[in-house]
Amino acid sequence: MEISRLVEKIQPSGIRAFFDLVLGMKEVISLGVGEPDFVTPWQIREAGIYSLEQGFTSYTSNKGLYKLRLGIHRYLKNKFGLEYCPEEEILVTVGVSEGLDLLLRAIINPGDKILIPVPSYVSYGPVTELAGGIPVYIDTSKNGFKITPELLKRHIDKKVKGIVLNYPTNPTGVSYRGKELQELNKVLLKHKILCISDEVYGDLTYDFSHTAFPTLPGAKKQTVYFNGFSKSFAMTGWRVGYACGPKEIIAAMTKIHQYTIMCVPITSQMAAAEALVSGKRSVEQMKREYDRRRRFMAAELNSLGLKCSLPQGAFYLFPSIKSAGLSSMDFSRKLLEEEKVAVVPGTAFGSCCEGYIRISYASSLENLKEALVRIKRFLEKRTPRV
Amino acid sequence: MDEILEILEKNGRASIEDIAKMIRKNPDEVKKAIKKYEKDGSILKYKAVINKDLIKDSESEVRALIEVNIVPQKDLGFDKIAERIYSFPEVTSCYLISGTYDLLVVVEGRNLHTVSNFVAEKLSCMEHVRGTATHFLLKKYKEDGVILKHKPDENKRIAISY
Repeated sequence: MEISRLVEKIQPSGIRAFFDLVLGMKEVISLGVGEPDFVTPWQIREAGIYSLEQGFTSYTSNKGLYKLRLGIHRYLKNKFGLEYCPEEEILVTVGVSEGLDLLLRAIINPGDKILIPVPSYVSYGPVTELAGGIPVYIDTSKNGFKITPELLKRHIDKKVKGIVLNYPTNPTGVSYRGKELQELNKVLLKHKILCISDEVYGDLTYDFSHTAFPTLPGAKKQTVYFNGFSKSFAMTGWRVGYACGPKEIIAAMTKIHQYTIMCVPITSQMAAAEALVSGKRSVEQMKREYDRRRRFMAAELNSLGLKCSLPQGAFYLFPSIKSAGLSSMDFSRKLLEEEKVAVVPGTAFGSCCEGYIRISYASSLENLKEALVRIKRFLEKRTPRV
Repeated sequence: MDEILEILEKNGRASIEDIAKMIRKNPDEVKKAIKKYEKDGSILKYKAVINKDLIKDSESEVRALIEVNIVPQKDLGFDKIAERIYSFPEVTSCYLISGTYDLLVVVEGRNLHTVSNFVAEKLSCMEHVRGTATHFLLKKYKEDGVILKHKPDENKRIAISY
């Protein structure tokens, strides 16, 4: 069977083989996990179970349960003073991933360009291509992994339709203050470029308060805001996210969503609605725990010579492994084979990330400490003895 | 609450160096703060949480929760009589509570007999104690925020993901 040329063109992830190697190994300490190590807080799980007991097993409206959309509306209003109409401006999706796919398909005409600052989450580029667009990668590795207005301007032309911002960023943990975002916003407004803002790690921002992009002056009409329950509420497997934006864009996304997905599973939506009602305290507790591990790991990695700055959000560190004299992939593979510690090579997140690895601290402190002992041993073997 | 106390409350064995890294402070400062807490009684002691169900050689213990009704004393209220009760080594916890009785006393003993004896011979006949109701504890599921499980949680996450 001939496979679609569009799909054929998509590069399979270069580190698939490495992932398979990790998955086939036993007793690995994994710092390669992109999800919380906490289980979903009990009151949220309980709400899911209860909804099943009550017999909520049907479809919901395409846009999602009204009570969930209303919950999202209230959450954004209370947290950021953001007003999205639950009837027309909010769409509940199967994680942020589905929402991004919907949006890109909804806005891209053949040849349209989407700017993607790299390193970035792995799906942005391929999903842009599948939608018929051209991903334009912006290398931020020389700027502390941050996109700046100058860097942005340099990549703008008539065909640029949107930019995917993701902050706090997977894989670097880098985030932006309101002032920095405002400078970017000015450029985007001037050139009428849509801001596709993936803020799924927003609740996990440590050193300053998170600024939602649509709260910036004039930004709301030109932004689609994405958030979800996976990271902050530890609900990855439930697959619930949402998109908020101008009603004509949400309507276009809903059109694709209703034909492809129909609706997010009702149990997950019920649980997510409960998360917004009673989950705040659990989020705070998890955040405090991540924060301690963040500071601990940053200090330890730097003392091992794996230089990294203190990231401001998410649960990732992105240290340089250049001192070890190995490529990202070799470092990761050897560390796995010799010491059974799994990390993700930086190159998974963009070709400019050679010399870096992603370390997730969504793991217990005991695990992190044991991993550090092993990494230390691994590095010592490689230090040339004088 | 100070973050140092928050960390120690969860893990009494957290080292000064680790705490210092976690809260980005100098180890000396952390050490000094802990000393201060120990001295002023904010930190009373450090201990391990042991799941005694798993200790094969431990003598089996019996626990009882005892509701105690007392007659408060003039000027001293409940405190004086509470002190006389909680000073017994058999008493592991003692709380003054609102509701139909006054003190909730947790008593531990080697067997049913020792606990009953304590109630009958020490507690019930104490001056100012008006009455008691003893509830023997059958099974512990969770204590002080710790779920007493036989097996640690297995890892349910896939080992690597974006």
